[in-house]
Amino acid sequence: MRRKALHHVVSLVLVIVAGGFLSATLVRLAPGRDADESMLDPHLSSASRQALMAARHNDQSAVQFYVDSTRKLLRGDLGISQSLGQPVAKLIRERAPATARLVSLGLLIGWTAALAFAFTSNVVRARSYEIATIALSAALLSLPAAVLALLSVMWNLGGSLAIGLAVFPRVHRYARNLLDAAYARPHIITARAKGLSGSRILFFHVIPVAGPQLLAVAGISLSMAVGAAIPVEALCGIAGIGQLAWQAAMSRDLPVIVHITRIVALLTVAANSLADLAASANREPAQ
Amino acid sequence: MKTLRIAAWSCLALVALASIFAPWLAPHGYAWQDRESFSAPPSREHWLGTDDLGRDRFARVLYGTRVSLLLAPAASLLSTLLAVLIGGVAGYCGGFWERTAMAATDLCLSLPWLFLLITVRAVLPLDVSPFTSVVVTFGVLGLLGWTSAARVLCASAKMLRSSDFLRQARAAGISAPRIFWIHVVPHLRPILAAQFWISIPVFILSEANLGILGLGVPEPMPSWGSLLREMEGLVSFREEPWKFVPLALLVAVVTAFQLILSDKEQVAA
Repeated sequence: MRRKALHHVVSLVLVIVAGGFLSATLVRLAPGRDADESMLDPHLSSASRQALMAARHNDQSAVQFYVDSTRKLLRGDLGISQSLGQPVAKLIRERAPATARLVSLGLLIGWTAALAFAFTSNVVRARSYEIATIALSAALLSLPAAVLALLSVMWNLGGSLAIGLAVFPRVHRYARNLLDAAYARPHIITARAKGLSGSRILFFHVIPVAGPQLLAVAGISLSMAVGAAIPVEALCGIAGIGQLAWQAAMSRDLPVIVHITRIVALLTVAANSLADLAASANREPAQ
Repeated sequence: MKTLRIAAWSCLALVALASIFAPWLAPHGYAWQDRESFSAPPSREHWLGTDDLGRDRFARVLYGTRVSLLLAPAASLLSTLLAVLIGGVAGYCGGFWERTAMAATDLCLSLPWLFLLITVRAVLPLDVSPFTSVVVTFGVLGLLGWTSAARVLCASAKMLRSSDFLRQARAAGISAPRIFWIHVVPHLRPILAAQFWISIPVFILSEANLGILGLGVPEPMPSWGSLLREMEGLVSFREEPWKFVPLALLVAVVTAFQLILSDKEQVAA
């Protein structure tokens, strides 16, 4: 357990270091980085243009640039957005609550629907019901998150439902397989034969078996939901991190996009690590 | 299930044939503009109407299908090759290499890859031709999509590592690269094939996501993603139902892939 926790901590440190270096390199290597719109100003003399060029070339070395950007990052300075002209940290702080609300509600919808369908198909045990739920899941799996966002705008359903529907088929598929395997275990078949109630079987026999594995999916479902937040926020007009990332990508505002990717990566890796550790902790007493 | 699979194959074959014969079915091409009819409803001349630039939507759907159906397998091939190079080699070598490769794979798997995709896409130069941009879009998809396949291949190569025939090959003094390419990779072929097929619908959907966001295949070249952008702003299904044809096609093709792949997924797992 301790070894596993250490492994996750190392992963997080790696994301911070490698992510920082990658983002600094991306910003440095991006085409047109050395160009400045102000250089096109006809009022500028050639000396002023030279001075601007010299200022831009000051941080030529990639390592120097990385060290500078890391030092600034440690002070909480993520730079200034090129397209919006505001501090990146402020932009992220302002938009984070909207994304957190959207993603958490979407996850709640997706998980509730997935678990409900997976559980009821084991209780109802009707072939037609099972086929209907699998068909629904497969149909949603064939729709990109952006289309779900467009449909939710068309039918006025809200962005959370689009995220929930994007998360639902993946979680449902996994939950159904896990619950099917759990219900097929000999001791649960015996419990059923002895006439134990459905809720008792679920809470005392199925959840202890399938729970830890389901917990491990929670981390992955978070990265799915965060990924789906980009098209949903962009198309539903929700002022969150996803919309900011999309706007930054469209306007090639690299400081914004690399810092958002870095923060989101850090959060999702941390969530995955926590889910994995929680799953291991739950599994160990059972063993 | 067999009937469903036959139906899925027929659907895929029909769509592929229609896209192959696009120049005969839609002789005007995807960029030709009918300056007399902008945003026109379906007619005898334009079976699916025209877009806001007067381009024939039927032609654009056929050529867009060609782009998605040709380049998604290419991206899938690239990601499968990367997966065998990273996962397969790591599983075969074991020890430090395996631990490092799998740690990197787990790390990449837990990242929301749409963020990575738009980051990489945003870094690309703006002054590239549409064709280069298409290749780059699917290339980026292929470069980022190797992770889950690498994990499976690593586990399979690891199982092979301690097999008798490989021990014998090592004892006979055959070099490690030769053992890997001549003896290990052929045994991984069923998994490689399954991973290749499984990745295709994933890349089709990813391109659609990028296309709707305006970060996919650039104009004037069509793709399912860019065609789906036309759905933006519609207030009801009945308003202009012909604009949903690319969506119907996308759902049909991805569902067909899912049906065909249902047995391959077991091999891949």
